[in-house]
Amino acid sequence: MSEKLATAVPSSGGSRGGSGENGRRLLLGAYFDFIRIRFLTMLAYRVNYYSGILIYTLNIGVNYFTWRAIYGDGESLGGFTGAQMTTYVAVSWMARAFYFNNLDREISTDIRDGSIAIQFIRPYNYVLVKMMQGLGEGLFRFMMLMIPGMVIATLLFPVQLPTEPSAWAGFLVMLFFSFLISSQINIITGLSAFFVENNEGMMRMKRVVVDLFSGLIVPITLFPDWLSSVLKVLPFQAITYLPGSVFTGRVQGVGIWNVLGIQVIWFLILLIPIVWLNHAARQRLFVQGG
Amino acid sequence: MNAIQVQDLRKTFKVQKNREGLKGAFADLFKRQYSEVTAVKDISFSIPEGEICGYIGENGAGKSTTIKMLTGILVPTAGSLTVGGFVPYEEREKFVQNIGVVFGQRSQLWWDIGVIESFQLLRKVYRVSEQDFKKRLDELVERLELQDLLNRPVRKLSLGQRMRCELVAALLHNPSILFLDEPTIGLDIVVKSEIREFLKDMNREHGTTILLTTHDLQDIEALCSRVIMLDDGRIIYDGGLDDLKQRWGTGREVQFQFGTATKLQQLIGWTEGMPVTWTAENELAAKVWIPLELNVSDVLGRVVGQADITDIKIIETNTDDIVRSIYQSGSAEKPEERIAALSDEKEVIHV
Repeated sequence: MSEKLATAVPSSGGSRGGSGENGRRLLLGAYFDFIRIRFLTMLAYRVNYYSGILIYTLNIGVNYFTWRAIYGDGESLGGFTGAQMTTYVAVSWMARAFYFNNLDREISTDIRDGSIAIQFIRPYNYVLVKMMQGLGEGLFRFMMLMIPGMVIATLLFPVQLPTEPSAWAGFLVMLFFSFLISSQINIITGLSAFFVENNEGMMRMKRVVVDLFSGLIVPITLFPDWLSSVLKVLPFQAITYLPGSVFTGRVQGVGIWNVLGIQVIWFLILLIPIVWLNHAARQRLFVQGG
Repeated sequence: MNAIQVQDLRKTFKVQKNREGLKGAFADLFKRQYSEVTAVKDISFSIPEGEICGYIGENGAGKSTTIKMLTGILVPTAGSLTVGGFVPYEEREKFVQNIGVVFGQRSQLWWDIGVIESFQLLRKVYRVSEQDFKKRLDELVERLELQDLLNRPVRKLSLGQRMRCELVAALLHNPSILFLDEPTIGLDIVVKSEIREFLKDMNREHGTTILLTTHDLQDIEALCSRVIMLDDGRIIYDGGLDDLKQRWGTGREVQFQFGTATKLQQLIGWTEGMPVTWTAENELAAKVWIPLELNVSDVLGRVVGQADITDIKIIETNTDDIVRSIYQSGSAEKPEERIAALSDEKEVIHV
């Protein structure tokens, strides 16, 4: 094939560094640029996010007072003490500030308005580019939304954060996997636009399902037994409930490694439908608008 | 060697049918009906290296679908194609290194970042080394006069400015084949001719093969030595532009302005025995259609002596008219019996 290429491009005179080590390094550089550019773009619109801090703080407040009313004088509920629940709520919402993104909407817009065509004439992997853009957005949200939000939440509510550095390190690693798994689910939802004409309903359902079944609104131990045993074999708990449990100190020691293991396994499993969807989509692709 | 080789290419889309009424909507909920639409119907052509080829046809004729198969975006339903030695849809990532694509209606620059940043990103995406990039960019920037635009964000560019940047973006990696899908749509006449000149130069200097679709036939006249015309998914003409004109240019039209009222009957009387057709717009204006085999001067000779003429205008059938009549008849073949019908049609158009 390389011979054919050489004859087909007599005029290029070696302007193409497409093969070999150098080419790969450049492409890797491009993927990092996607992170950087998304970060800078978000930074340009940062004012939008000041209201975000307020909204997330409000959400924590609403949940905090609701749970306080539910607890009343009670000691513990579903294995959570009142103090643990406060911390859990704060940590879960702040984690969401980081891992949440709109990759599903971005992808399905690309597909539905036909701009996906532009993505397919470039020598890169579209899904990987989207993941990188999501990471750029995540980094921005981490710094501009999650950290200031966390500080405000700690000042307003009796949140008890762990003091040992290992818990923090573990939490950050798990948070990263929360981001990966949540983005993977977004990508799968987005790519479904290849197969259904309008995936608006799927995107809405995904959002509710992720918020509810990940344990963001109600910790999974508080669901009825049959439901919580179903949820234990679904990927959603790996987004919020498991890392939150570790960070609030409910899971300790070897349990932490188990949690991380579950996240890694879900990350790997979710790669399969993405690869399959991406492949099947190539056969079905239907570029809208001519 | 052929840059593009297409054999019996076909693309069929499955289109969802929406049944009528409430009952139909309910039925659709449970069982969807699909109909198959064949956008491209077994077309074959080949384009040698270094050629500029125009690809024209009405809206929905299948032009864009073909381009999308040639660029590896769509996978064909049947048939074979090779572009620059690759089968586009099989080795997409390797293949696209070799081609440049401009979609007139879609931007490939990143909306929020500066033009130069977009170019830098594309440099990395296409794995072009820094020095090749610099050389190429300088050349393109100078040729298209983009010096002042490089640091502006894409969203602040006018359409003409953006289009020139799109061309640079498609050419930074020095592709040997360039696909242009309506590159001049919505542009003013100055930018249009600039872009045409640029494409011509590029083709001459680098031997770049260009395939372009357009609705502006002036693009074709300025650039293409060859035209492929598509109608309803089939190729109805493939050959030189001159041939097309000769084959279809059926005659000329002469418009008269008279100083005094002149009746249509009189005009017909003066040209008795000539196969010409007169149409009167009013008493002071009339036009005559003269077939190719007749000399215009013969007709003029008969009229000029008799009537009080203030102005004469001779109009050659232009490419627009030719193409329009081909679109209307749906075939580039010109069976003899259709000529008469066609000249009637032309009158209708001109009146």
